[in-house]
Amino acid sequence: MAGVLVSVACGVVGTLVVVNRIVFVSGGIAHAAYGGIGLALFTGLPPTLGAGIFSVGASLIMGAVSLRSRHRTDTVIGVVWAVGMAIGVVLVDLSPGYHVDLMSYLFGSILAVPKSDLWFMLPLDLVIVFTVLIFFKEFLAISYDEEFALVRGIPVNALYMALFCMIGFSVVMIIRIVGLILVIALLSIPPYIAEKFTSSLGTMMVLSTLFGILFTILGLWISFSFNLTSGAAIILVAGAAFFLSLAVERIGGSGLRQNVEEYTR
Amino acid sequence: MSKLTPAIEIEDLWFSYDKTPVLKEVSFTLEQGNYMAILGPNGGGKTTLLRLMLGILKPDRGTIRVLGLMPKEARDRLGYVPQSTEINLSFPISVFDLVLTGRLSRSRIGRRYTSTDRGKVETILEKVGMLKYRHWPIGQLSGGQRQRIFIARALATEPSILFLDEPTASVDPEFEVGLYEFLEELNREVTIVIITHDVGVISRHVKSVACVNRTLIFHGAAKITQEMVDMAYHCPVDLVAHGIPHRVLPEHEE
Repeated sequence: MAGVLVSVACGVVGTLVVVNRIVFVSGGIAHAAYGGIGLALFTGLPPTLGAGIFSVGASLIMGAVSLRSRHRTDTVIGVVWAVGMAIGVVLVDLSPGYHVDLMSYLFGSILAVPKSDLWFMLPLDLVIVFTVLIFFKEFLAISYDEEFALVRGIPVNALYMALFCMIGFSVVMIIRIVGLILVIALLSIPPYIAEKFTSSLGTMMVLSTLFGILFTILGLWISFSFNLTSGAAIILVAGAAFFLSLAVERIGGSGLRQNVEEYTR
Repeated sequence: MSKLTPAIEIEDLWFSYDKTPVLKEVSFTLEQGNYMAILGPNGGGKTTLLRLMLGILKPDRGTIRVLGLMPKEARDRLGYVPQSTEINLSFPISVFDLVLTGRLSRSRIGRRYTSTDRGKVETILEKVGMLKYRHWPIGQLSGGQRQRIFIARALATEPSILFLDEPTASVDPEFEVGLYEFLEELNREVTIVIITHDVGVISRHVKSVACVNRTLIFHGAAKITQEMVDMAYHCPVDLVAHGIPHRVLPEHEE
């Protein structure tokens, strides 16, 4: 169930992340979220809430910086990434007690997701899906050609910030499943594979959601059968699919194209 | 808007990127229905001027009025064809959906495209001869075809002024001829501002010329003067090579 909810977020937001080429922004956000987990441990807040605050905060910082000075975005990603992580490590050091639970935030543990977390994932999912549904054509326009969208009077900056917020939301959810280290994979692999099958952003979102669900279920099954860490198993399934899709493209690369040509004839 | 409002009115415009001045003392007025070419060397500020008129950039000094309004306010009535169509070739978007983004506007954010929008896009695709490619992904088109799609997208905005930034930079000569004939016909209804290197085209089609190199020299008639040539290029060979059959240009010594 958690897997499905997360896959929806991954499919929708991941698609936007991939076509906007900001995969590493999401990586940065995920690692910065560790600071929030540290904060939560230190203050006794629920870790998911701490991670949520930090990841949305990090998203907003990155969003603001990348809008202002685009050519320095990568540097800022690096800084936020490392500083967030460092804050987390220091706060965990400062917190009393022994934290066996931390591993589950680094590598995820879908089976340990409590019911209460489902109730917080569902509204986040709904927010993401509805935002994208309502502003779909605007998101499409700014992702393809930001300048043209600006000339059309679309509030490009506001939409970008909204996108960054949604990345923040999804990252918090994905952390529960595969852990913050592996977030990038689940956000980028399903959309990347989906992109090969379609020339429409909407279809890409639906397909990558389905891929996400498939990878999660397969990964879970493997982790059950062989007693492996579930997050890593899911990512390995996704990774295998990724390389398989590359190989298929190599061999039958012109197949898709021919279909399109026949269709238009 | 009455015909009396100038399409573009610029007064004492200055602009610089950081500390590097790009444009200074630019002033001119362009009437509606005009067809203006902007000439000039690379880095002379042509594209910058275009982006200022579109309200993407803000001037340091001076005023720009487009159709009597601030560029930002006039955006709904401006069409724009960017210089490079190479952007985002792998983006999952079909020809039809891309042209459809031209129907976006500020007042209709969050609402769906209507069947009127779709109908208009089909008409425009027909006009630029690309209707049969409407389901194609954008990345599989040739450079010339993509250029047509970008022009179609700009036309889908139903602009009063159409801005084109070197639309023939990467296309075949055959398409170039077709494009200029197309624009000339379009000019009956729409004011056109085009950045181009092709001086030959200017003499045959446009109604006025502006040369931009730091500052701007405006000519109401499509006459290319020695002064403009000297400013725009450093050598008249450029001009002669393109060939202007109806004009004899004085040689100038380097």
